Amino acid sequence: MAWCVGARESREKGGRDVSADDGAERIWPPVDYSVGRENIRQFVEASGERRVIYKDSKVSGEAGFRDVVAPPMFAAVYCWRSVRPALADAGIDMTRILHTSQEFVWSEPVCAGDTITTVAELRDRAGSKKASTYVLGTVSHNQEGDEVSRGTWTILVKGG
Amino acid sequence: MKPGDAVPELRVMPDRHLPHRFAGAGEDFNPIHIDPEAARQAGLPGHVLHGLYLMSVVARAAGELAPGDPRALKRLSVEFRDMGVPEQEIIVTGTVREVRDGRAVMDAAAEQSGKVIVGGGEAEIEV
Repeated sequence: MAWCVGARESREKGGRDVSADDGAERIWPPVDYSVGRENIRQFVEASGERRVIYKDSKVSGEAGFRDVVAPPMFAAVYCWRSVRPALADAGIDMTRILHTSQEFVWSEPVCAGDTITTVAELRDRAGSKKASTYVLGTVSHNQEGDEVSRGTWTILVKGG
Repeated sequence: MKPGDAVPELRVMPDRHLPHRFAGAGEDFNPIHIDPEAARQAGLPGHVLHGLYLMSVVARAAGELAPGDPRALKRLSVEFRDMGVPEQEIIVTGTVREVRDGRAVMDAAAEQSGKVIVGGGEAEIEV
């Protein structure tokens, strides 16, 4: 919990540039996502998941989860809430982006009722006149301060 | 489970409005996913699937190594090699590369109309 509070206090006034030895060029303020059962259901139906554990709180509960559990790729939802404004803040035209690669590493599961706090950072930027590549990192924690996932987002912007 | 084992092939047929539903679920309303005309202006053949949808389909296939356990998938990395489009079947394949210390590493890929759209897929699953 202390981790989340500290991060929020130091970053609440907007994205900031950081020195090279922090390993990131820019870190944006933490963004919260309150996970509802229906958010999980909508994602599950759009992504084609069929397992009832992702839809039925009774089945999730019997498997030891505190409420409906989200599939791992629900990370796409709570992280995008922080990545989208980060890309906009970096001045990127969203119609010219190509998502070229993605990694997620998962730890604690996410359940309905959780509040997930994600911090996005710009790790690398390289480019030419034709195209630029941005590498963003995300780290997401739940309301207990436990890490739920880390993401690495590689995005190509056509036209530099 | 041993190296070389294939995971069950997963075939999905995204309908024309799947990108709209995925946009709503994931709050990603980039016009290239929901507006065919805007997508054409951006140089695409029409509206395209979200990369994170394709990754979700690969994640479902990887999850079949530990069916029904939402905690099993520990890591997944993918490269989006080409655009995925609605109304064409997607086929996800995977092969176990190694099994060690209770974890399986699996190589995965997704194809559509004979083209690799997701490549370099690597999943780690607790088994």
